[in-house]
Amino acid sequence: MRAMGRELPALLLLGGLAAAPFIGFGEGYMLTLLARMMILAMAAVSLSFIVAGAGLVSLGHAAMLGFGAYAVVILDDLQVVDALFVLPAAILAAAGFALLTGAVAIRTSGVNFIMITLAFGQMAFFTASSLSGYGGDDGYTLYARTEVNGARLLDDRLVFHFVCLGALVFTWLLCRMLLASRFGRVLRAVRGNPMRAQALGFSPYPYRLTAYVIAGALGGAAGFLFANATEFVAPAYISWQRSGELLFMVILGGLSGLHGALLGAIGFVLLEEWLSHQWEHWRILFGVLLILAVLFLPGGLSGIPAQVGRMLRRD
Amino acid sequence: MSLTLLLVQGLNGLQLGILLFLIAAGLTLVFGVMDFINLAHGVQYMVGAYLAAFLAAQTGSFWAALALALPAALVVGLVLEFLVFRHLYDRDHMAQVLATFGVILILNDGIKALFGSAPLQVPMPEALTGGFPIMDGLLYPHYRLAIIAGGLATAALLWWLVERTKAGMLIRAGATNAPMVAALGIDIRRLFMVVFGFGAMLAGFAGVMAAPILSVEPGMGDNLLILAFVVIVIGGIGSVRGAFIAALLVGTVETLGRSMMPDLMRLFLDPSAARQVGAALASMLIYIAMAAILAFRPAGLFPVRAA
Amino acid sequence: MTEPLLALHGLQKRFGGLAVTHDVSLDVMPGEIHAIIGPNGAGKTTLINEISGVLPVDAGRILFDGQDITRLPLHRRARLGLARSFQITSIIPDFTALENTALAVQAGDGSSFRFFRPTGTEARLNAAALAALDSVGLAHRAATPAGAMSHGEKRQLELAIALATQPRLLLLDEPLAGAGPEETERLVALLRSFRGRYTIVLVEHDMQAVFALADRISVLVYGRLIATGSPDAIRQNAEVRAAYLGEDDLPLAGAPC
Repeated sequence: MRAMGRELPALLLLGGLAAAPFIGFGEGYMLTLLARMMILAMAAVSLSFIVAGAGLVSLGHAAMLGFGAYAVVILDDLQVVDALFVLPAAILAAAGFALLTGAVAIRTSGVNFIMITLAFGQMAFFTASSLSGYGGDDGYTLYARTEVNGARLLDDRLVFHFVCLGALVFTWLLCRMLLASRFGRVLRAVRGNPMRAQALGFSPYPYRLTAYVIAGALGGAAGFLFANATEFVAPAYISWQRSGELLFMVILGGLSGLHGALLGAIGFVLLEEWLSHQWEHWRILFGVLLILAVLFLPGGLSGIPAQVGRMLRRD
Repeated sequence: MSLTLLLVQGLNGLQLGILLFLIAAGLTLVFGVMDFINLAHGVQYMVGAYLAAFLAAQTGSFWAALALALPAALVVGLVLEFLVFRHLYDRDHMAQVLATFGVILILNDGIKALFGSAPLQVPMPEALTGGFPIMDGLLYPHYRLAIIAGGLATAALLWWLVERTKAGMLIRAGATNAPMVAALGIDIRRLFMVVFGFGAMLAGFAGVMAAPILSVEPGMGDNLLILAFVVIVIGGIGSVRGAFIAALLVGTVETLGRSMMPDLMRLFLDPSAARQVGAALASMLIYIAMAAILAFRPAGLFPVRAA
Repeated sequence: MTEPLLALHGLQKRFGGLAVTHDVSLDVMPGEIHAIIGPNGAGKTTLINEISGVLPVDAGRILFDGQDITRLPLHRRARLGLARSFQITSIIPDFTALENTALAVQAGDGSSFRFFRPTGTEARLNAAALAALDSVGLAHRAATPAGAMSHGEKRQLELAIALATQPRLLLLDEPLAGAGPEETERLVALLRSFRGRYTIVLVEHDMQAVFALADRISVLVYGRLIATGSPDAIRQNAEVRAAYLGEDDLPLAGAPC
């Protein structure tokens, strides 16, 4: 019951996103912004699954989106444009990358893990930049959005809106279910007290690697949607700054549950949207807000009620 | 691939390695002593380069700019430490990552606001504009040799500081076992401030030296930061010796890989495919090397931290 | 003659120049409570760490039920039935008492690569976990987050976690550490109830408790085993008395119970 209460803001937001096209946010610009919001939220939830769930602070999650997005690009170039092939390819590409890099990264922990995921993310970025056949640094414009069984379903803005919303809800529910399962319990135990988990007979490595690959696969799916939302893919999408932003969304929302990442992503996109209209050098303000949020909101947005409660009790 | 070219690329690799070492040295000590992850270390390098550009334009002399930029870089480092970093020592790595990421955003865009996004040029010092004949008809620029020499001298100085002085002993002890040093009654926070300021100055020094041969632009520190991360992960966190060896390794592999890989691929592929695959492989090379080293030594080549 | 459940043969461990385990050989028979005592710094916790697999040994062999486990990692030894408690309480603070214990039950219940069913509905796991909590007297605290429990309760929970794995050997590292007098009394009664049901290696500083509980006692001094025997034999042993000279926590005079 309490868990329901904590997730209420996220549920309200999802309801709001479902209603948005019908209550005055149905025009093109707004729908584009909302799609971006939902796709980033999906990526943030999948990142939160390994950060909050498994204690794996990855600073290379944008690369997972990148693999998904570039799978769309490469298949588009080969004129394979049906989601029946493109979506699985995007998911498998990202999951494969997660498996290969995770196999090395998860052998380390703490600061090393952060830096290694960052380095592998950068590897993906530089590799994408060097793919001159797909535009190199300048990026690649898709011929068209991915088709669904031959139909140009995703071209309809409203359909695309609900596809994104559905993917976000699916991601959230899936990660939530995984964390509540036996598998998730071992993950959470390893995060809370690795020595205890090992003394009970659990080797952290296979659980963590599996979680990392699942998060990668979901990131790949988000990348598939991202490429379709913008119909354009460039290495800049998978730069390490983007990984930092995703991590910021997770922390901004708070780590007490996956719903935090949802709040964080939406808060982040709104803040970015608003600030970037205020001042050309809005990133300065953004950086200041980021630092202030880290210093003064340790529980994130979803932790504010508890934080206020503590302050009131102290008085 | 002629021998001459190999020699030139080898020297270029050495020079990149030296710059990387100057950045990685401060980073690895800060990691080692305080277990503090500082993404903003790369912007210290950018700040150094911009200070050089600004001061060289004001004074008209590279040497005056160098002399003024070093203390200025130190001050920038100490101000950042005072404003942001010291509030993060007790926080987890994630908080440190994000707050220092915030510092990057501020400084990158701040520089853009002050100097614009177009690259700045810094003239090479008059005395070092010539070249050194390393082979018949081939000159290697004096300035690049000076970077190598200056970097090696700094590395030697650093080695002496860390291995032979009392402060250095504390730093090494702190990297191995920070609580023990604190228990000895040493003010670990002051020690850290010193290490931090010194590391910022080294990164700034690297930026000043790189300014005349690279384009000085916002965000220039970010890529080097990640290479520096690779360096300290390979070298072993907290190990200056490891950072030195790994920096030279990464600098050489990166430089040689970029120049040789496309040619190498020509042996197997047609020219246009070779160019693309070669370039892609070259950009992956150091990360693959890192993965290979970590697969066998998860704590790096020269692990420092006590278990 | 029954085979020992745990046999240590010539264990060696050095930290730098210091020998912390020096040629330790020891048999633990099925069903006994075998206490390891010794002055501070004798290497008792190191020995527990070597047996459980937290620390690798430099030389020597560890046999568990006849199987050589010297090179097995911690988690593999745990799966064979070695459960341990830690000197500094090692629980998962975010988990409730029930979840801490259910995780231990889960460890012995097939694969944990099960992704779909919520653990909250796994009646079998939860019933076994509750039974383990009940056996240490914590059933009424099942829904309490472990991090919010009192110190004594955490020690009890630690025991419940160890029991829930259905261990063949319990390694208890100072289960009474930091407990107040009343808590100690409760925990000793609890440990006494284990007698005959579990094979236990017990490291403990509280000599009253050790002499009350143990079937046999081994004395470790500076990494070296100087005596093994019944509580009475250890009480009479001159070398042990010498080692404990100046420490008044060895009840050398009368038996406490």
